[in-house]
Amino acid sequence: MSGKRTNFWALIATYAALIVVCSLAVIPFLWMVSTSLKPDREVMAYPPRWLPRHIETNRHGIPTNYALAISSDHTNFRLWTRNTLIVAALSVLGTTLSSALVAYGFARIRFRGRGLLFGLVLSTMMIPFPVIMGPLFVIFIWLGRHTPFDWMGTFKPLWVPQWFGSAFNIFLLRQFFVTIPEELSEAARIDGCTELGIFWRVMLPLSRPALSVVALFTFLWAWRDFMGPLVYLQYPSQYTLSLGLQTFQSQNGATPWNQLMAASVLVILPVLVLFFMAQKTFIEGIATTGMKG
Amino acid sequence: MRRIAIETRNIPKGLAFISPWLAGFAVFLLLPIIMSLYYSLCDYNLLQRPVFVGLENYRFLIHDAVFWLALKNTLYYGALSVPAGLGVSLALAILLNRRVIGQPFFRTIIFLPSLVPTIAAAILWKWLFNQKLGLINWALSPLYSLLHVQGPAWIDQPGWVIPSLALMSVWGVGNTVVIYLAGLQDVPRELYEAAELDGASGLKQLYHVTLPMISPVIFFNLVMAVITVVQVFDIPFMMTQGGPNRASYFYTYYLYDNAFSYLHMGYASALAWIQLLMVLALTGIAFWSSKKWVYYQGK
Repeated sequence: MSGKRTNFWALIATYAALIVVCSLAVIPFLWMVSTSLKPDREVMAYPPRWLPRHIETNRHGIPTNYALAISSDHTNFRLWTRNTLIVAALSVLGTTLSSALVAYGFARIRFRGRGLLFGLVLSTMMIPFPVIMGPLFVIFIWLGRHTPFDWMGTFKPLWVPQWFGSAFNIFLLRQFFVTIPEELSEAARIDGCTELGIFWRVMLPLSRPALSVVALFTFLWAWRDFMGPLVYLQYPSQYTLSLGLQTFQSQNGATPWNQLMAASVLVILPVLVLFFMAQKTFIEGIATTGMKG
Repeated sequence: MRRIAIETRNIPKGLAFISPWLAGFAVFLLLPIIMSLYYSLCDYNLLQRPVFVGLENYRFLIHDAVFWLALKNTLYYGALSVPAGLGVSLALAILLNRRVIGQPFFRTIIFLPSLVPTIAAAILWKWLFNQKLGLINWALSPLYSLLHVQGPAWIDQPGWVIPSLALMSVWGVGNTVVIYLAGLQDVPRELYEAAELDGASGLKQLYHVTLPMISPVIFFNLVMAVITVVQVFDIPFMMTQGGPNRASYFYTYYLYDNAFSYLHMGYASALAWIQLLMVLALTGIAFWSSKKWVYYQGK
């Protein structure tokens, strides 16, 4: 805070504090990786060692715990990943497109009742999912019986609602759209562009940063969502990563900590890769959510 | 006059653009809430038609010991985790806002835990909390031998489970830290310079400049934390199944069990409506109190 007068000891104290808190944040990760590479007897050893004495691998050179976490009697990582990616992809596509369309309406078309409706959108963010999850279940069953499409037993309950805009994303995109100069839309309008054309050809290309924030957050949400899959997925063949790993870790018998840690590493890894690829998008995205109270 | 005319003529076009949200709102939000209100006045097991029973579910609720236990557990967890989370993340943000070499690196490290998917965090912390082999009891073992006590069983011990879960929640505050940091960066430097000229110490600057200036951000984080904590479900479901002895049996867990384990959809809906009112009341209190302590610039 005070640039020039920071004295030496204050600086030392700052570094010490930073090192302590960063260690506390990072040690669980190191412990997870360490356990994931240990054979069973080393996992049970006390006092624990940080470095595994010896790492067992299968004939392909993959550490045994990881091979078992990927595929065994209790795990089917490929299937779970596939299912998660299907739900995530459809959710990302749906919520980005629909939220952008709605946000454009709120940002650029002056119509009576706009402020009131936008207030309604914002207030829906307060409604807890547990409040509506039971009736939604009933609605999905009803839709399965009265439309040509099956709902329960498919992924639809998880991704179809995403195609109707989500309050948070509408808010985020609207805030971005209002910063884009009106003159650009006006120029397109004079050239004979329709409102939908302006949205598609002028607004969307200029809004890449905000759209990627929405896409990224939706992907992360789908990757970690648990309650939705728990309530609306019916068969083990539909399980997502969260739900699959939950059944794996809650099975009876001795807990295979090393395999569980390997599985955890595997679920976290894609998120970390994504983070390091798009660090700026992440941080700016989170920062803007807190900016407008 | 002309503006109103234009805004009226634009109604169809505006509604067309927001129609996806209107449709989704009607079918996936408004309808379920109304259904929930109706079911809460019914006996409904999902298999037969709902039977209207009036306020029976709500009457039952008042005498239901499990309802009160779940409510108490949730409020206790909230009372620990919300202030701890807000306090720690604010302290971390102030620390990470200091200009030091390696600042981006430190910020990244603090942010990382909040990226961890819930299921992975649950598995990892179950292992860290393990009484015999867990890292936490091992790290604290010198302290235990000094005090001649045994390490607690953390999430496997009724008196410890809620504080343990609150402790774990503090690990994932990286998101909140980032929001605070954005707020801190918006505080005009001139204010600190002026305070320094007046001879205000670091602590005084924190109290008289930093805190008032970022109070809207604190308020935002508080409201979000309260809404989240009332719904807490995933972590206790994964880590303790509400145990031991229902010591971590939270409100949403009871709602979920009624709806999908016992098929008491009517009763679950009554619980849902109480939850909705609780969220509204808590945010209402937050907004009302904010008039006293939140400072909006330019107002």
